[in-house]
Amino acid sequence: MQDPPIARGFRGKRPPVANDRIPPGQHLTSDFPVLSAGPTPTTRLESWSLALQNGGALLGKWTWREFEGLPQTRVKVDIHCVTTWSKLDTNWQGVTIDTLLQAAGLSEPPRPYVMLHCDGGYTTNVPVEDLINGKAMIATHFEGKPLSPEHGGPARLLVPHLYFWKSAKWVRRLRFIPHDEPGFWESLGYHLYGDPWREQRYVGD
Amino acid sequence: MSETNTLAGPQRLLWRTAEVREVIDETPRVRSLFLSVTGWSCHRPGQHVDVRLTAEDGYQAQRSYSIASAPEAPQLAITVERIDDGEVSPYLTTEVRVGDRFEVRGPIGGYFVWTAALGGPLFLIAGGSGIAPLMAMLRYRAAVGSDVPALLLYSSRTFADIIYREELNQLAAASDGPSVVHTLTRQQPAGWTGPARRIDRDMLTEIGIAASAQPRVFVCGPTSLVEQTTQSLLALGHEANLIKTERFGPTGAPR
Amino acid sequence: MSPDESSLPAAPLDGNAVAGLLREVFIFDATSATLTCGGCGAIAQVGSARLYGGAMGAVLRCAHCDTAVLRIARTPMGLWLDMQGARSLMIAPNGAV
Repeated sequence: MQDPPIARGFRGKRPPVANDRIPPGQHLTSDFPVLSAGPTPTTRLESWSLALQNGGALLGKWTWREFEGLPQTRVKVDIHCVTTWSKLDTNWQGVTIDTLLQAAGLSEPPRPYVMLHCDGGYTTNVPVEDLINGKAMIATHFEGKPLSPEHGGPARLLVPHLYFWKSAKWVRRLRFIPHDEPGFWESLGYHLYGDPWREQRYVGD
Repeated sequence: MSETNTLAGPQRLLWRTAEVREVIDETPRVRSLFLSVTGWSCHRPGQHVDVRLTAEDGYQAQRSYSIASAPEAPQLAITVERIDDGEVSPYLTTEVRVGDRFEVRGPIGGYFVWTAALGGPLFLIAGGSGIAPLMAMLRYRAAVGSDVPALLLYSSRTFADIIYREELNQLAAASDGPSVVHTLTRQQPAGWTGPARRIDRDMLTEIGIAASAQPRVFVCGPTSLVEQTTQSLLALGHEANLIKTERFGPTGAPR
Repeated sequence: MSPDESSLPAAPLDGNAVAGLLREVFIFDATSATLTCGGCGAIAQVGSARLYGGAMGAVLRCAHCDTAVLRIARTPMGLWLDMQGARSLMIAPNGAV
């Protein structure tokens, strides 16, 4: 097949940044792009709840007030979106998954994988190992302010060492499952795990 | 299956080379490019093309643009509005020169299409650069000598931002030409007697084609204009299946 | 037509915006095909569905009930298509509306 004609003078928008905090194929952004798989849900705090489930069993459930009363953690992390933008030193506050498990009285997670379920129907799968030991939280604040709805408010998962589609917006349920299963994007060709440092963007990477 | 039941049409849409033959600055932010495309087959008014730019190192960017020209015109025209922090529009509106080449793929889209066979009356509603596919429809209408009654309601920020202003005047002045009503939302010239606000239900009632006439409505522009206008049209009794919309997404500057 | 900014709010476009992508999957123009939503049964042309997903892929949702009726992602392996949310698709012979 013929090579496409070169568009004279076209450079595109790729700032060449050599930075060991930026995974391969990523570039730094100063804004915070919004990408959603569906309309922004409008769940009111009075109706909001977060649940932990294992099969048919409810392991824990918190109303917004109860959730806010749990020990809070603040983190500063880098985040990496599969669409190639990366954002460094972002500040979040929320409840770590470790704290949630403790609050539910679980000395250890019942199954090795978790499927996250969100308002609007979005799902994503994450191994439990990648959620515990300080690696993830349910975040409610970004840069000191309550998380805005378009960015996942009132609460989203934050698991920054994986591509950001795993940091599910509008999360409502964490369901423990025995085997890894593909969520919304994973069932459409995105990588089951999603490690930005190994550039695991798609199935087969 | 008998022949009349087969799905006719090309098997694959190929990327084709387009060469810029003419460049016209329509307004300070908007430019039309007139292209000659190898192997181009005819389009229908309202369809669009995908444009793909390849940089020297192989990096590619792709965007879609409505075809603004009539199928009868000798060259394919696209009309591009410059978005300041955009990746492609600044290149197409400021850098591109006659003789430059890039790729286009199309024609694409059969949903947002009007031909005279569909009848009318034809009610076109545009915001900003959303005028492009509707202009293809009006240029086509003039080229084939259609007398289907047509009305264009066109929202722009200021007088200087009206795209195709002179040509719209000429089209409107012709016998059987469309009625054209401009509303200017941000600033009006001295002596302006036309509407001076965003399109709303009152304006559609006063100026638009009544629902009882069952016009075929095409709305194109920023998402917010399209959504609000569609809601108003439905509230005025227009049937959903007679309203076709094309959202351009919000543009860089507020309207 | 396509938004050119990097940080747009997630305002949905419509099925028109991915007509080119759909044309890679279907040999006919899919935007004028009529789709029956598997969620609520609403019948509408694909071009009128609401488009989400941005650079990750095309997620077309029923304008009435938001069910994802058609999803496409482009990956190095190829194009992935999911139409579980659609009950049926009706494609009129070429030229018919």
